[in-house]
Amino acid sequence: MDPSSPGLEGHLAQRGITRRQFLRFCGLMAATLALPARYTTRIAEALSTAPRIPLVWLEFQDCAGNTESFLRATDPTVVDIVLEVLSVNYHETIMAPAGQMAEKSLQDTVEQFPGQYIAIVEGAIPTKDGGVYCTIGGRTAIEIVREVCRNALVTIAVGACAWDGGWPAASPNPTGAVGVKDAVPGLKNLINMPGCPMNVANLTAVIVHYLTFGELPATDSMGRPLFAYGHIIHNYCPRRGHFDAGRFVEEWGDEGHRLGWCLYKMGCKGPQTYSNCPSVQWNEGTNWPVGAGHGCIGCFAPRFWDTMSPFYERLPNVEGFGVEASANRVGLGIVGGVTAAFAAHGVVSAFRARRHPLAAHEEEGPPVQTDGGD
Amino acid sequence: MHAVCSVRAVENALQIQIPDNARLIRNIIEAAQYVQDHVIHFYHLHALDWVDIVSALEADPADTADLAQSISDWPKSSADYFAGVQNRLKAFVETGQLGLFANAYWGHPAYALPPAANLMAVAHYLEALDWQKEIIKIHALLGGKNPHLQTYLVGGMAVPLDPDSQSAINAHRIAQLKRWAAQAHDFVAQVYIPDLLAVASFYKEWAGLGGGVGNYLAYGDYPQDTSGNPSSLWLPRGVIFDKQIGNPPQALDHREIREYVTHSWYSYAEGDGTAKHPWEGETRPNYTGPKPPYEFLNTDEKYSWLKAPRYQDTPMEVGPLARMLVAYASGHERVRELVHQVLDHLDVGPEALFSTLGRVAARGIETLVVAEQLSVWIDELAANISRGDLAIHNGERWHPSTWPAEAEGWGSTEAPRGALGHWVRIKGGKIVNYQAVVPSTWNGSPRDAREQRGPYEAALIDTPVADPERPVEILRTIHSFDPCMACAVHIVNRHGREITRVKVA
Ligand code: SF4
Repeated sequence: MDPSSPGLEGHLAQRGITRRQFLRFCGLMAATLALPARYTTRIAEALSTAPRIPLVWLEFQDCAGNTESFLRATDPTVVDIVLEVLSVNYHETIMAPAGQMAEKSLQDTVEQFPGQYIAIVEGAIPTKDGGVYCTIGGRTAIEIVREVCRNALVTIAVGACAWDGGWPAASPNPTGAVGVKDAVPGLKNLINMPGCPMNVANLTAVIVHYLTFGELPATDSMGRPLFAYGHIIHNYCPRRGHFDAGRFVEEWGDEGHRLGWCLYKMGCKGPQTYSNCPSVQWNEGTNWPVGAGHGCIGCFAPRFWDTMSPFYERLPNVEGFGVEASANRVGLGIVGGVTAAFAAHGVVSAFRARRHPLAAHEEEGPPVQTDGGD
Repeated sequence: MHAVCSVRAVENALQIQIPDNARLIRNIIEAAQYVQDHVIHFYHLHALDWVDIVSALEADPADTADLAQSISDWPKSSADYFAGVQNRLKAFVETGQLGLFANAYWGHPAYALPPAANLMAVAHYLEALDWQKEIIKIHALLGGKNPHLQTYLVGGMAVPLDPDSQSAINAHRIAQLKRWAAQAHDFVAQVYIPDLLAVASFYKEWAGLGGGVGNYLAYGDYPQDTSGNPSSLWLPRGVIFDKQIGNPPQALDHREIREYVTHSWYSYAEGDGTAKHPWEGETRPNYTGPKPPYEFLNTDEKYSWLKAPRYQDTPMEVGPLARMLVAYASGHERVRELVHQVLDHLDVGPEALFSTLGRVAARGIETLVVAEQLSVWIDELAANISRGDLAIHNGERWHPSTWPAEAEGWGSTEAPRGALGHWVRIKGGKIVNYQAVVPSTWNGSPRDAREQRGPYEAALIDTPVADPERPVEILRTIHSFDPCMACAVHIVNRHGREITRVKVA
């Protein structure tokens, strides 16, 4: 590490970015992290003086979706992150070297900065048959993830796959895929940022939090940062007024759809999903799935491929939905469902049993969004 | 890309015709994907095989400005601008932490660009990173987010259109789309294409290397109407054997596709020498390789997780080069015009197309053609809306009760890196078989039962490698295919060894 590095602010100044703009970014970060505005100065001080911490980004059973998300970072952009904020030493997709020289960059970081680097993990780790389903340079993912994460300062598991196995672990999980928390039992300083993919606005905020306070932000019982995963989408959704008033989209493209009514009847999983999507949104706040006109598919939730599909079936109904009080009960019933899913992932049948009779004709949703990769 | 392919497979099985607006929205999304993906590929995944970053430190920014201004009107081309980039790079190097750029092959004798050109490319590497996150907002608007858009539906798109609503695609949002499309086009026309031609002119020997199998397959894409007819595809469908681009391509019949697992870690019930059409496909893992950790993989046996797709038992290259050759041979006017311009500019003949450099150039040509077309489709969508056509979804077969007891279908698309197909069989409202044949299995396939090599392997034969310890030449050819990154490390390592062995023998 190089403590004499002038820090982010100095570099931004070189690029003609003013102190005011820099402070605005720090204020935005404080807001994303749900911190009081007075923390803006503290974040600014920390970022102005922080040394460049080494970072390695591991990819296993993944589609590089979180990498793509990372490339959409703004303020600081990925350019700032790569050149000035952190020292990104290993990232298969975007690094210049390949093959043995790339692996050397990883080994160098682990050996030269033990306990001092950030490890980001993307993708699931297959454990079946000795881990043969994912090897890099002849080594298994499980061997690599254990070595790299156990020696890291902190580990950030990005995306659903690195959290609980995600899509590779969806039933019947042919490769025995798991997330980091199960691949490296007892790992300290692990933070989970599920999502398909995670939202880079939240990753940036976690890193800023770490650089500012020297520790990771507070998490829930599943290791997810509360600022991003602390609230149910449904409670912050701009369409909530329509839900409460009983105004629902009934068919794709109908008048309600065009007027932005609630997507609950089209299968929206917002009442069951903890995420700050409605406030932070995606691609620099441009939009989010519900904003575009499609229900939430619950990609921030545990084992969502199994527990949230079929994506177009409505969530278990409570009598008289469309009334404020029962809407909250929807939320309550669902928390129970998620807990059960997490324990045993038998929640789909639980949902089926409790489905509202009106939804009976939707018993088998169309098999869309199915990915048959090989 | 998998999302659109999967809904097309089901739409094909259930014989659903989508509304015109859904077709246009899909085309716009896909076109934006091509432009963004190809530019990222060129600058961030491939350029550093040709561009020496360290050499950029020695450039005189005034020379870079002269060079940049001689090839393009792009406004960010002053000596001051390039000096700023160089200073930033210097400050970065002086920290001693080279991050992503450590351990690369800087100073390798195969790098041919002068320092001024290297500095220009580095500046545009950084600019492209900022640019791509802007123009991909087209996806956020029409898909909710990027990556992993969420608005694809069997039968259409969940993107409401309504000129009178704030919650739908209205005039304001059409204007936003148009602005991003213009931004996308300008960067391609004024930065990417001039850079591509400038870099290529220093590497003309690569027009004679890395050719590969010489057979090309494209499913085609971007339907111009909702008929589902292959003749409606703006980028045409077809098959070319033995580099024959003088005649129209052969019509493609998806039933001629078969996959082998002879050298793949799978087994087939009827024996591993057999081949299967995806509707009959099996995916049963059968790992026979060495126990990890290992150093050596015996390629005489099974040696890959990729199956080996073949068309009429022949290995085929897919991707931008295949698409541009099929378009060229089909008489696509704008593609023919651009291909001729590029060949003239580089002063090479048509045989140069079948090469590593041809692959890189085809990707650029395709990006420009698609970037030009992007705003055309946005205009057509706007015209439909102003005519009062707001349909986005055909719901006739939305409910499973409307489905036949049994159905089978296939869906195709052209992902940026090549032909993508999904095959589905539905019985009693459930999927009974689902197979995807992806571009990197065509290009990266291992040998088949007849020991025919796939495109990557064939392309590496006869590639000169100056220094086997630093095989940048191998990277140039492999990266020119735009391999799926999830498999890349594995493949590069394997072929790195293979070439070394060939040299020794
Ligand atoms: S059901 Fe979905 S669309 Fe409706 S209010 Fe809740 S989160 Fe929003």
